[in-house]
Amino acid sequence: MCETIKVGMADLNVCKEPDQLITLGLGSCVGIVLYDTSTKISGMVHVMLPDSTKIKNNENKAKFADTGIQELLNNMLELGAMRSKIVAKIAGGAHMFTFGACTGEFMQVGERNVAAAKEILNSLKIDILAEDTGLNYGRTIVFDSVSGMLKIKAIGQEDKYI
Amino acid sequence: MSKIDLNDISTMQYDVLKELGNIGAGNATTALSKLVNAKIDIGVPNVRLCDFTEISTILGPEEEVAAGILLMLKGDVSGMMMFVLETEVARKLIEMLGLPAKDTNFDEMELSAIQEVGNIIAGAYLASLSNMTGLTIDVSVPLLQIDMIGALLSVPAIEFGKISDKVLLIETKFDDEKKQDVTAIQGYYILIPDVDSYSKMLDSLGM
Repeated sequence: MCETIKVGMADLNVCKEPDQLITLGLGSCVGIVLYDTSTKISGMVHVMLPDSTKIKNNENKAKFADTGIQELLNNMLELGAMRSKIVAKIAGGAHMFTFGACTGEFMQVGERNVAAAKEILNSLKIDILAEDTGLNYGRTIVFDSVSGMLKIKAIGQEDKYI
Repeated sequence: MSKIDLNDISTMQYDVLKELGNIGAGNATTALSKLVNAKIDIGVPNVRLCDFTEISTILGPEEEVAAGILLMLKGDVSGMMMFVLETEVARKLIEMLGLPAKDTNFDEMELSAIQEVGNIIAGAYLASLSNMTGLTIDVSVPLLQIDMIGALLSVPAIEFGKISDKVLLIETKFDDEKKQDVTAIQGYYILIPDVDSYSKMLDSLGM
């Protein structure tokens, strides 16, 4: 039996083969999938902000790219994932509300989230195999631990697999 | 200045906020009603303290598509206001405004029309709020996006996520006489002031 585990906003979850992980309606937030190619242990985190050190109220680790990815990695290792076999895929970080004038820095949060996620994965020496980020639309992402493919659904577009 | 503790709102404060939402939505709905020449009712406003992780689901399933018009508020009251319409409703509004009916995606002209409707409606909401409290509210140009509700609401969620894990919002649903009918005009107003703004609003009303 294959279960689909939901990952909410500022939330993270891990699963084993053959389960799937899903995040619905990802906007400027970024979804990061970590995947151990040998054991197929997988994890997904839905982060909202780039950097926990810039924010006072930072107890919720899954809210930030830096602490969220680290926490997800720890949870996967606890479950028996092999550190050296872990790879990543990322999606989201859209620039929402582009129709109308751009007002201020809050519009760039999607971009900054993506940049932060990449930087952290890089510092952890985790390869990013694929990404579908930026642009101006929301995404639903589904990760299949069996195939290691990340399905991306967006309004008015064909499903994409990365 | 009266302090408001998001985790411990008194019944009195709650009622006042609800009334603010009621008056704002009332005014906005009158404006909408005139614009489309139809009678539209508003529901009882909901003053909700939600975990911001819930914010993407307050209006329905995250994947449902809707038109969101977002306004940034500055001045005495800062925060965001969002006006959400189902896409079908948005299309109907466009028709009512006299643009030809089409089934394709919204074009530039139609998007501008929706944006302007949002501007008028949100303007009416905020003007009554400002009148009542005597506080100045500067409103940004309306920003529009048609997308999954979860993605639309991620924007205010992120903005407020910087400050706290909870969001206090005043949400009002409106509905025309036909209610459940497919031709009904339904939507939501969501006002999300920041914490300081709540204190100022309550203060200005002598709370």
